[in-house]
Parts: sequence; C-alpha cells; structure tokens
Amino acid sequence: MQLNRDQLERAYRQMKTIREFEERLHIEIGLGEIPGFTHLYAGQEACAVGVCEALTNEDYIVSTHRGHGHCIAKGCDVPGMMKEIYGKAGGLCDGKGGSMHIADLNKGMLGANGIVGGGPPLAVGAAIAARNAGNGRVAVAFGGDGSCNQGTVFEAMNMAVVLKAPVIFVFENNGYSEHTGVSYAVGSGDISARSAAFGMPAIKADGSDFFSVYEATCEAVERARNGGGPSSLEFAICRYYGHAEGEPQRYRGKGEVARLRETMDCLTHFRRKVGEAQLLSPERLDEIDVEVLELIESSVQGARTAPLPPAEALFTNVYNAY
Amino acid sequence: MSIKSYRDAINECLHQEMERDVNVVVFGEDVVGGSGTEGGKEAIGGVFSLTAGLWGKYGDNRVFDTPISESAIVGAAAGAALAGLRPVVEIMFSDFFGLCLDQMYNQAAKFNYMFGGGAKTPMVVRTTTGAGMSAAAQHSQSNYNWVTNIPGMKVLLPSNPYDAKGLLAAAIRGEDPVVFYENKLLYGIKGEVPDDTYVIPLGKGNLTRQGKDATIVAFSRMVHIANAVADRLAADGITCDVIDPRTTSPLDEEMILESVQETGRLIVVDECNPRCGLARDIAGLVASQAFEFLDAPIKLVTPPHTPIPFAPNLEHAYLPNEAKVEAAVREALGGR
Ligand SMILES: Cc1ncc(C[n+]2csc(CCOP(=O)(O)OP(=O)(O)O)c2C)c(N)n1
Ligand SMILES: [Mg+2]
Repeated sequence: MQLNRDQLERAYRQMKTIREFEERLHIEIGLGEIPGFTHLYAGQEACAVGVCEALTNEDYIVSTHRGHGHCIAKGCDVPGMMKEIYGKAGGLCDGKGGSMHIADLNKGMLGANGIVGGGPPLAVGAAIAARNAGNGRVAVAFGGDGSCNQGTVFEAMNMAVVLKAPVIFVFENNGYSEHTGVSYAVGSGDISARSAAFGMPAIKADGSDFFSVYEATCEAVERARNGGGPSSLEFAICRYYGHAEGEPQRYRGKGEVARLRETMDCLTHFRRKVGEAQLLSPERLDEIDVEVLELIESSVQGARTAPLPPAEALFTNVYNAY
Repeated sequence: MSIKSYRDAINECLHQEMERDVNVVVFGEDVVGGSGTEGGKEAIGGVFSLTAGLWGKYGDNRVFDTPISESAIVGAAAGAALAGLRPVVEIMFSDFFGLCLDQMYNQAAKFNYMFGGGAKTPMVVRTTTGAGMSAAAQHSQSNYNWVTNIPGMKVLLPSNPYDAKGLLAAAIRGEDPVVFYENKLLYGIKGEVPDDTYVIPLGKGNLTRQGKDATIVAFSRMVHIANAVADRLAADGITCDVIDPRTTSPLDEEMILESVQETGRLIVVDECNPRCGLARDIAGLVASQAFEFLDAPIKLVTPPHTPIPFAPNLEHAYLPNEAKVEAAVREALGGR
C-alpha cells in the first residue's frame, strides 16, 4: 500500500494536530479553563491516524472516552471540537456533549463514548447497515485494552463473525485501564488470541508506527469490503498523560513516561522514516508544525471567546419529533 | 465523636465492617488500584479513594480489583452472597447500571421471593450519583428511581457523613441486596460522626428542619438545598418541615404523611428526571393518602425531562437550586 506525498503530509499533519491539541488541553485544563473529565490521547496518535487513513469519509468509526484523536483523524472540525470541549455554542455538539461525547455523523464519526464497551455493538450495527445497503462501507470500533473485558465486546465480536459484518475491532493496548495493568486485567494477557478464538483474523502491530498500523488496517478493510467479515487489530501503544487529567499516576514506574516519549514516540518515528526514505523533507514537516500550532492557537482563542450555549438548548434535541 | 468528611465516614465504615466480619469482601474496578503495574497495588484505593487502605489491611482474598466487567461484578456479588459472603462492590458511576442491571433486577432482587423464601443475599452495590461536575450525559445521572421500582432491592441515599456511615453499616449487616448511592458532590462535606460503629435503621426518615407552614421532602444532595431554603424562609417567618427520607426503599411514608397532615403543603425536591421519578412518587403517596389535609397543590422541583447537558450554564439550568425551591415553597404558600 504505497502512500503518496499528499497522504503522507496529511497523516503527519493529523498526528501533529492531535498531539498539539492534547498538549494544549493539558495546559488549559491545568489553568482550570475546561469543565468536566478529559482523557488525553497524546502518545497514541499513530493508531487513530493509521486506521483512519485506511478509511474513506463514508466509513464509520465508533470511539471511546479517549476520543479526541479518533475525531481529528476522521476529519472532525478542530475549532468545533475545541468549542465543544470548552462547553460553548458552536461546538460540534452545541456544547451539550463535551469531551466524552464528540460526534460528527456527517464524517462517519458515530461518537466518542463514556461507557467502556459501549461502542463495539454500535459498530456491528453500522456494519450491518452498510452490508444491507451494499455500499461497501466498513465500520471500525476503537477500544482500549480494558474494554476487551466487557461482555458487550465479546457479544459484538461473536455477532460480527456470525453475521460476517464488515467491522474491524481495534484494540489500542496502552497497558492500562485507569490504574490497572493489562497483565492483571486481561486473563490470558493476549487480547488478539481472544479475538481469534471468536473466529476472525487477529493481527498485532506496533501502534507507535504509523505505517504498521496503516498496513494492518488496509488489509482488514479490504477483507471487510470484499465480504470477508470482521477482523481484530491490536496495537501496542502508550499514553503520555494520566487516565484522565488531574490523576496522580501513582501506578506508573519511575521515569516511565519520559522513557516512552524517548523511545516510542510516533511523531519521531514518522519523521525518521519519511526522512530516511526521502519522502518528505524536514523543512516541509517543520512548516506543517507551524501551521498546526496556528490552528490550535486560533481554535483555543475561538473557543474562549465563543458565547455560551443559549438557555433554550437545554430543552432541544431530546426527540426529533414531539 | 469527631468531624469527618462523607468520604472518610464511608471509608471508616468499610474498615470497621471488614474488621467485624471476615465475610465482608470488597471488589470492583480499581478499588485497590495499581494491580499489575510497576507502581504496585494500592496505588489509589478507588477512583474516589473510598476504599483506600482496605487491601493493605485485609489482603488479596478480601479486597481485589476486577476487570471492567460490571455485569460480572454485580453477578459475582449476588452469587457470593448466596454462598455466604457479604460482598460490597463498587460500580464507579450508577450510569453504568445499564450494563449490570440484569444481575440486580432479574437476579439478586428476586431470589428470596422466587425461591419461596430462605434466600439471603447480603450484598451492597456502592455507587455514585448526581450532577453538577460537568460530567455530562453518561456520568451524572440520578437513577435511584428505577432501582426503587424493583421489589426486593433496598435503596439508600445518604445526604451527610453521619447517615453515610450508619446506613452503610446497616446495609452490610442486613440480609438483602442494597444499592448505596453516594452523591459525588457530597464527598467533601463534613459533619459529626461517631468513631464507633452504629447502624441507622432502614426506612426511618430524618426530620432535618421543623416547621408548621410547609413540608419539603428532599433526597441526597437536594436535602442541603432544602435546608438552606428553610433557614432563609424562617427569617421571613415561614417555617418548614424538611424531611430527608434517607432510604427510598423502604420509604418512611409515615413521617411524610404525618408532616403533611400538620402543614397542609408539600414540596418535593428531587434530582431524578420527572417522569416516574421520586417527586411524583411522593406526590402520589400524599395525594392518595392525605388529600384532605392539603391546603394547596403539591409543588415538585426536578430537572426537566432531558438528558444532562455538558455545558456548565446548561447543567446549572438543569439542576434544582435554592432559588427554584424557594419559589416553589412561596407558591405553595400562595405567594407569601
Ligand atoms: C462501563 C464503564 N465502566 C467503567 C468506566 C470507567 N472507566 C473509564 S475509562 C476506563 C478504563 C478504560 O481502559 P481502556 O479500555 O484500556 O482505555 P484507555 O483508558 O486506556 O484508553 C474505565 C474503567 C466507564 N467509563 N464505563
Ligand atoms: Mg488502556
């Protein structure tokens, strides 16, 4: 799967956008600017972008509580996301959802999700709709290592196999579910082996390498589009911040995050690979960095100055028809 | 007696009940924290720190972390209870009951009746309730109304540190399944709490203010709003009974009915959605059993029938507050 220059630039831009979005949120949350619970995706960018680069705008994704990266990778409007996270009018959900519930149905982004294990059944349903419409779309269910212990996820995987639904279960294994280690919570320690036992191909790859993620996803997408049913992808990856912002991370090893940033950083890996292969110049990447920082700055300013949602918004959208 | 927070009162109760009875076990997601990590166990003691220190004292068999598997957590509690343990499990947010309701609703709550008696299911599901933290639509809800609707399930709603400790002890020592709703906005509030253990009998309300003009019934955090309003109105010469039922199942119907018979006016303040919520339940009780004592229509202060919005200004508008409760009381009093 050879990526052209535009695709590579887009991939880098999206990963960098996610990173800077989250780094900035980390600061703004520290300043008390942002209401509610926020779970940052920093460190995991190559998973979201590698997967979504293998999808079309029409394909579906369902996300998790840690959803900002999936949203950006699927093409959600960045200033609109920022306004949403600030709880402002003009946010992608009009300020009614917040960080944990960002969605953009026009982009095939069926929602971040505050319920661990809430998403995979939804993805199976979207995949059934695509199958029946014969439109060739696929659905991706993003989830964490912790989500694989939820009964809803088992049910969704088995049903997808039974129905040959064009769905891809993505497990982003960052080693932790909140404060609990994956070696404790996942009985066999092997998420992919579980998926395989349901009767679907299950691949493991390095989640810090955009290219590995992209290639594994392309293969699964092709299988799904051609009627070959579901697949499972497990990506080893790390998160740079706490489970949610403001959490003390006492369960982490000494210097763990610094080491991960040093050795597992997806942006560093990407820059090195495209540099070595002479696909994109460092100067071009630096230009993108500057543009990304400008976008983040203007998004924050836009969110800060946006008006509050109007009072009547409390009562609207409960139903479509009354 | 000393001053303790709501959080510390609950934590102390768990310690003391585990000490009293070896059959008391505690499990749930991150109730130890740090299992399978480099930082090691008891890195946290619950995401709200309610179970801190238990694992260090009582060890792996009695205090353990579980995977993210709410249905298995509650079901295992029910099975363990039938087999002689007294599990106290934590479901981090009551919003997650969607995943484990079957184990409460079709399993634990019905054993004794379906089996023709003789089934003891001494289990407690500790969970959190309440909006006001911008935690949005899936981490803020009040659903004790639907659990109250389950025959066989007891439902506890402590509004202060003293009640939290005494009600939890009663729940742990009882023989029936209980859902214990901790209001996450109350964790930091402080009050007098005896150091020794004690139990508050279930089904006994607490008259937190005494008056003659109106009866305000309020639940959980809403009790504090009702108290504040009653204090303010007292300065204007309007006095109210404020009733904190403390448990919605069993419910102290007598205390409510007796009060309304004296005051002739009822205001109910509840954080559940209004349809089939506690406010209408209490209104129905009074309308059907004490109608002739009412001097004015019953007033209900609840959120609107919407999900809980994220934006702080909308969430503020969603929630009952002192101004809304005061207006309701004055209206019930004909605009006094
Ligand atoms: C049903 C349910 N149970 C528990 C939680 C609380 N919770 C939120 S995220 C999380 C850990 C999820 O771990 P994982 O799936 O590995 O995702 P990660 O946070 O690592 O991205 C938990 C326990 C929840 N939101 N929903
Ligand atoms: Mg994880």
